[in-house]
Amino acid sequence: MATDKTNFQLVANGILKENPIFKLALSMCPAVGISTTVINGLMLGTAVLFVQVFSSVTISLLKNFIHPRIRIPTYTLTIATWVTVIDLSLAAYFPAAYAKMGIFVKIIVAFAIITMRLEMFACKEKVSSSFWDGLGMGLGFLVGMVAIGFVRELLGSGAILGYDVLGFKPLLFFILPSAGFFVVGLMMGFFNWIEASYSARKKR
Amino acid sequence: MNRILYTLLLLIFGLAGFAATAWAADGLISGTEFGAENEIIVKFSKAVDKAEAADPSHYIVFEESDPDIRLEISSVTVADNGKQAVLTFTDPLNSSKTHIVNVSGIGGVEQASSPVSKSYAGYLISVLISALLINNFVFTKYLGLCVFFGTSKRKETAKGMGVVFTIVIVVAVSMSWVLYQYALKPYHLDYLQIVVFIGLVSLTVQAVDTVLRKVNPVLFKSFGVYLVLVIANCVIIAVPLLMASNEYNYFETFMLSLGAGGGFLLALYLMSSVRERIELAKVPKSFKGLPIAFIVAGQFAMAFLGFSGLQLF
Repeated sequence: MATDKTNFQLVANGILKENPIFKLALSMCPAVGISTTVINGLMLGTAVLFVQVFSSVTISLLKNFIHPRIRIPTYTLTIATWVTVIDLSLAAYFPAAYAKMGIFVKIIVAFAIITMRLEMFACKEKVSSSFWDGLGMGLGFLVGMVAIGFVRELLGSGAILGYDVLGFKPLLFFILPSAGFFVVGLMMGFFNWIEASYSARKKR
Repeated sequence: MNRILYTLLLLIFGLAGFAATAWAADGLISGTEFGAENEIIVKFSKAVDKAEAADPSHYIVFEESDPDIRLEISSVTVADNGKQAVLTFTDPLNSSKTHIVNVSGIGGVEQASSPVSKSYAGYLISVLISALLINNFVFTKYLGLCVFFGTSKRKETAKGMGVVFTIVIVVAVSMSWVLYQYALKPYHLDYLQIVVFIGLVSLTVQAVDTVLRKVNPVLFKSFGVYLVLVIANCVIIAVPLLMASNEYNYFETFMLSLGAGGGFLLALYLMSSVRERIELAKVPKSFKGLPIAFIVAGQFAMAFLGFSGLQLF
């Protein structure tokens, strides 16, 4: 079965319609845990993008050799291999940022979003579509992480990417670790509200 | 389902009832223990000369791991019957480490030494309590959230998921410990940690699935659905990684995994109780479902901050 979507639609689908963070509500741990700054979101988002794209392509290449009954362990081990690759690379080339992210790079291996894409898409589709789908999902995660990081950093410490833009700290509370839940909840509610009012206007 | 839940709770609290075992030393020193934060209490087996015992230069105290760094004693107070001395140090002691007390020239004995440590059972309980409450994986480490929000809608599912998760994590982490200590570490294969640990988890899940399906089909019907979800829970990979980086021994590993599983069960149960009530409340339309659940979780997280600094032993 081949998908009838164009490559652009596949990427856009991951970023907007099925955004892993705000729409599917999968892989929330880093979105709550380390999204205090834009740069953290960018780093972890890139790592997830890498793992998602490479795992999708690997599974898509091997799909005819995998017995259906052991497919889940196969996915897990494929993801684990790519996570090890990105984990060791980050530790070697960006030690400072890696130390900040702590255990979160390693637990990418248990992210539901990656396994879900492999199960629902990559194991049925051809390699190029899987690549674009993985890219879309990874970018969707990246965009979500950066958006949360942007809100938390701007409102919490009045800065963007470490540069002080506001000159004051509107809501210091947002930078605290436990505020991650509040920020994600409020942003989800906000997007729901925008969507509802947008579709209501469309109907009229 | 309830019976398993209670058995687990009993196991957790039964372990808390362990009697503390103190180090018993032969000879002059009959026992030592930590007093206040900068005190060590030394008990003598016989009455000793007070002037001798009150001289700080007769004692040498250091941490077992750093024999070169001698801890400075500011004063020694001897009890009236001459059988007990309280050493007061200038700096607070790190009571989680084993200290060695060397005594020389007291009561006609050339030299006597005795280790001072907190009781091991107490330490193990503190590992358990720490993973259960103080460093609860859901509310203070923000791990395992996908499954947490996915299965906390009903109390029944919350209990099922929590119990299955606890069983799987204890089994999987125990196996990870064995493999890490006897295969990965001796052959310097540390970089394979992620692959091996997650592989063991999927193996455990598959094994529990197969065994349960044959042995107890009724139980499988109510628990089977949660087994697949276990592997999507970040806690299950975070615990073995923590175990490896902290170099825990088997008992500590067991307590850590039990605490992680129990903490997840606790978090799920609390959350599901609240979410069942939220359904009856008037929530703004755009906040219905997940957004309000996140805000509730935020409040729980703030409440759990209150446990930080809790010390039982």
